[in-house]
Amino acid sequence: MNTAFETYETAWCPGCGNFGILNALKDALTELGLKPHQVVIASGIGQAAKMPHYINVNGFNGLHGRALPPATAINIANKDLKVIIDSGDGDTYGEGGNHFIHAIRRNANIAHFVHDNQIYGLTKGQASPTTAKGQKTSLQFDGVILDPVKPIKLALTMGAGFVARSFSGNHEHLKKMMKEAIMYDGYALLDIFQPCVTFNKVNTFKWYNDRVYELPDDYDYTDLDNAFKVADEWGDRIPIGIIYKVEKPTYIDNVSFLKDGPPLVDAKLDPMMAEKYLDDFR
Amino acid sequence: MDYNVLIGGAAGQGIDTLSYIIEKTLKRCGLYVFSMKDYMSRVRGGHNFIQVRFGDKPIYSHDEKFNAIIALDEDTVNLHAKSLKTSGKLILDKSISDNSAYLSFDFKAVAKECGNPRVAGTAAVGVLLKLFGIPLDVSHTVLDDEFKGDVLNANIKAIDTGYNMAKQIFNVTLGKKDDNIYISGNEAIALGAIAAGVKFYSGYPMTPSTSVMTYIAKKSHDAGIVVEQVEDEISAINMALGASYAGVRAMTGSSGGGFALMVEGISLAGITEIPIVITEVQRPGPATGFPTRTEQGDLRFIIHSGHGEFPKMVISLRSPEDAFYQTARAFNIADKYQIPVILVSDQYLADSGVTVKPFDFTKVTIERHISGNEALENGVYKRYKLTESGISPRIIPGKVEGATVLIDSDEHDEFGHITESQDVRVKMVNKRMKKFKLLKEEIQEPLFIGAENPDVLITCWGSTYGPVKEAVDMLLKDGMSIGALSFGDIWPFPTKLIKKYGKFAKMIIDVEQNATAQLDSLMRENALIKADEHILKYDGRMMSSRYIYERVREMTKASSLY
Ligand SMILES: Cc1ncc(C[n+]2csc(CCOP(=O)(O)OP(=O)(O)O)c2C)c(N)n1
Ligand code: SF4
Ligand SMILES: [Mg+2]
Repeated sequence: MNTAFETYETAWCPGCGNFGILNALKDALTELGLKPHQVVIASGIGQAAKMPHYINVNGFNGLHGRALPPATAINIANKDLKVIIDSGDGDTYGEGGNHFIHAIRRNANIAHFVHDNQIYGLTKGQASPTTAKGQKTSLQFDGVILDPVKPIKLALTMGAGFVARSFSGNHEHLKKMMKEAIMYDGYALLDIFQPCVTFNKVNTFKWYNDRVYELPDDYDYTDLDNAFKVADEWGDRIPIGIIYKVEKPTYIDNVSFLKDGPPLVDAKLDPMMAEKYLDDFR
Repeated sequence: MDYNVLIGGAAGQGIDTLSYIIEKTLKRCGLYVFSMKDYMSRVRGGHNFIQVRFGDKPIYSHDEKFNAIIALDEDTVNLHAKSLKTSGKLILDKSISDNSAYLSFDFKAVAKECGNPRVAGTAAVGVLLKLFGIPLDVSHTVLDDEFKGDVLNANIKAIDTGYNMAKQIFNVTLGKKDDNIYISGNEAIALGAIAAGVKFYSGYPMTPSTSVMTYIAKKSHDAGIVVEQVEDEISAINMALGASYAGVRAMTGSSGGGFALMVEGISLAGITEIPIVITEVQRPGPATGFPTRTEQGDLRFIIHSGHGEFPKMVISLRSPEDAFYQTARAFNIADKYQIPVILVSDQYLADSGVTVKPFDFTKVTIERHISGNEALENGVYKRYKLTESGISPRIIPGKVEGATVLIDSDEHDEFGHITESQDVRVKMVNKRMKKFKLLKEEIQEPLFIGAENPDVLITCWGSTYGPVKEAVDMLLKDGMSIGALSFGDIWPFPTKLIKKYGKFAKMIIDVEQNATAQLDSLMRENALIKADEHILKYDGRMMSSRYIYERVREMTKASSLY
């Protein structure tokens, strides 16, 4: 076993779906041959967002809902770093919803792992944007009256080039999806079913196990119409796997000096180089 | 020699371009120029005007009386004709008025002759230049920079025709040589940031701050700077912090409303100890307020921005020179102390064009305070290592093999890991506040102008410096014992000079472009000195030196200070 990404003591409940995500992530990074200093995990706030504390890589544990903006900028500032986000469903689709929409448009090179437990874990069980309609929570005593956000469909609508789903209870599948997302050049959304054993008594390991099925090998993930159909599958059978994947120019590709030059962080700084701009004011 | 002209019209009539032709022509004649824009928050119609003051000595502010006015519409006549000096001239198209008191011409016919209806205003500019005997060929160099092809030719023909239609009446001594630059406060901030090596700017458009971002964007490719227009100001600051964490100099900026959205990020910068430079170009609030006008109402909000207690620095800007050098300095301070540094400007400084000596780029230094391998102890890196100074060695993620950098918005231990320990909490708060103490040694005392140990002491901050300086000069000429302290660095609050001069002064007059005298409250709180009188203006229009002069005379009349 590779100990480079050693685990620290976690504050997660025993049996929490987050453990499966942490283990899969460590294995994925190891199998990709990455070293801790080459990887950055950005996160917001929540149970999922504690990930940077539990694995030895660079970490930007920022504010609730704000993992995407710094992650985007880290990619722009140093294209040599592998940028990953680990954050919750509330963090990503609720507090950070506006950033989610626009991050897809920017298409920075980020692998975005959403620990989707369909609940607010850290704040003790309120509804998240993905909590099912009608589900009773610690705050929605009469049940949620809003329709849930559909992250996969939303990402497809916004034009994301990589959209996938996995389940923390399926180690091999999750690891594979993570590796695919990390290797994908551009913004990659991986929504991960992550049972919250303490606050979500509906979406349990069993609930997911009974429903998820892996997309077949002959599924054509480059077909957007197909992807939309798959994205709508919910209920008794829920697909996991790469739902949509195509190549797209990334943010870096679209800025010539970023694409062709060294990482921004390596630029030489010299005030005298700007002196010529005085001519604009003569 | 001190002349003042105004050009007014509706939005969409091109007064920006016309005024620019006047300003640049005067500047290239070796004259000192100061322009002030007064515009409404609309794209068509309304009433906008630009005032251009010029002379043979440096000019620090605008004035209220005019030697000449170009009226492109009737509103300009109705609103400004009364501000003409006795010898003043009003230039207009005869379709607006043929009152013989005015210089009316058939500019529309001129434009027709030039083959372009849009050059009528340019002909009026020709008339204005002739009134002051400004050489035509200099105006041609400006037109040449602005226009191309047929449009250029039409403009040249129009300015020439206008010029030949009028007679010179004012005497202008042209400067010998034009070494100077003509620049606005926002452009100076942008130039200072570029000189300091900013590599990442994220922002969201908001008047009157937008032109900082626009100028940097123009240089994006040449200077290798990423400028990203983001979805909101929350994203702006969180992105800039991400870029800074990854090792590049990063900046964001807005006006009060956008800055309000950034506040969580300022707090984040505080606890994560990520360097960041933020510009707040004030306009009158609350909320949307007066989008295109000026005020100094955000000072205390800026100083206290961000929940929790942590060190930050606030620098207010007095002039374009100040804007350039202080912006460059802000990056060094942010990097040295690993804190947010906020530059405070306002619409008056942002949009006013001023002739100044070219900035000295050799005076800009770049001090990054970034460590490498030497920051590791036994191969381990502690991002928040407890040190004597409170400042921990900073390494850049990915740049030191085997070392990882963890920053955290939660309270954290030396490694950046979440903690709930009381002991660590106290140590970390003390660590951060030590930096604040150290920062106090870095601050610059306010600029003092006027008579040594004056009886009357004016206190002011930021962009009121220009009008205050000119008012003090006028009052000194009247024989008054007067001086002024103009605060630039304002947080941590510098107390030495205000204590020194405050003791001697018989009357302290606090001058601010706001309703609540925020500087005075800071003086009371930090230096135990309070103003006796206030000159406060909060109608969205910048006070002039004359305005201050008259009020100081009024306030001192009753006493022997007069
Ligand atoms: C600005 C702000 N609002 C609210 C909170 C409180 N808060 C922290 S985490 C969280 C929700 C967490 O839900 P999710 O993102 O789904 O993460 P989980 O704990 O379920 O992994 C909330 C509301 C906060 N930290 N900051
Ligand atoms: S509250 Fe839920 S999400 Fe948080 S650790 Fe416990 S089980 Fe996991
Ligand atoms: Mg959740």
